[in-house]
Amino acid sequence: DDSCDTKTEWVSHVSRIRDAQDQAAFAELFQHFAPRIKAFLIKSGSDVTLAEECAQEVMATLWHKAHLFDPTRATVATWVFTIARNKRIDVLRKQRRPEPEELGWGPKAEPEQDDVLALQQETAQLRDALTALPEAQRQLIEKAYFGDLSHREIASQTGLPLGTIKSRIRLALDRLRHAMN
Amino acid sequence: MSNKIKHHLTDDLLMAYAAGSLPEAFDLMVATHLSLCDHCRARAESFDAIGGCVLQDQEASAGMSDGSLAATMAMIAKGAPIAKPSPPGCSVLPAPLRDYVGGDVNAIRWRSIGMGVKQAILPTTRDASARLLFIPAGAAVPDHSHHGTELTMVLQGAFSDEVDHFARGDVEIADEDLHHTPTADITEDCICLAVTDAPLKFSKLMPRLFQPFLRI
Ligand SMILES: [Zn+2]
Ligand SMILES: [Zn+2]
Repeated sequence: DDSCDTKTEWVSHVSRIRDAQDQAAFAELFQHFAPRIKAFLIKSGSDVTLAEECAQEVMATLWHKAHLFDPTRATVATWVFTIARNKRIDVLRKQRRPEPEELGWGPKAEPEQDDVLALQQETAQLRDALTALPEAQRQLIEKAYFGDLSHREIASQTGLPLGTIKSRIRLALDRLRHAMN
Repeated sequence: MSNKIKHHLTDDLLMAYAAGSLPEAFDLMVATHLSLCDHCRARAESFDAIGGCVLQDQEASAGMSDGSLAATMAMIAKGAPIAKPSPPGCSVLPAPLRDYVGGDVNAIRWRSIGMGVKQAILPTTRDASARLLFIPAGAAVPDHSHHGTELTMVLQGAFSDEVDHFARGDVEIADEDLHHTPTADITEDCICLAVTDAPLKFSKLMPRLFQPFLRI
């Protein structure tokens, strides 16, 4: 059931894990996200067994890092994606992943509900905009996130003309930006 | 956090960083810039959000194997892996760079490459290279062009070249069309992070002879 995605429901699941080590909340998150992480990793080139293992490790990381989740900056799905992506870099590419410095804003107060809601709504809007993209553009964006394009190709996108790929992705991003304004 | 950064990362780089498809040296450049630049950090978070949408849209029908939740709970019961704390420091090098150097500026092991210019190569995967560059106040890096993409970010001081003036946090993106002579401002020694996916092409004979030894 996708109706959960646009609500702030998963946010409270993560708080329940953070505050009360709530295993029931975790089980619901697991049921929703673990198979999606597994499917994502398989499309990124992992075999089924490794994808299953990594999906479990990603969910375990979610439990251990629940106190670091900031619902004013990311939805739970976005946060899970970043953990899964880093796992993929670590396990499939055997590479370190430099992350930006933590923002030093001191001990965190409970986030403003309005900020949490605004972020959730924006992300829902982004998801609608992605779905509405022309098929060829949407597929290229997806491929880029599965790591289907070799990193040499992506790296060359930083400076060299890559014709169709580059312009399609750019078009897609323009459309997304337009939809978000 | 500075609001004065004028030269930012491209969408291509930020998207590839979010997707996790850059060479390690380029990840290090992006992470270092994001540590100094709120503007690009917010843009990077938008690219993460696209990744979140892609994840949400995956088919869940294949499912997990029986007992996978129990296996995960057992994994959790073993406790969190101990995170290695970043070496402390608050001056020149942002945290991701301190992790590679093992400290702040005074921990950098410089090697002279002539004319007062020094470099320190950072340990990354070999598909691209990352190094710190030290250019004495007023000095220049020999003029050169590039085989591939070269990103240079200022960490201390500032430099100018044929394109513009670059100060702390600014990133210059050079490609094969750019032929330049970066020159440090006279007021302060300049320290930069430079990453490239190909060796530089130096115009003068001497630097070209030395290039294989210097690994730049
Ligand atoms: Zn920036
Ligand atoms: Zn250059």
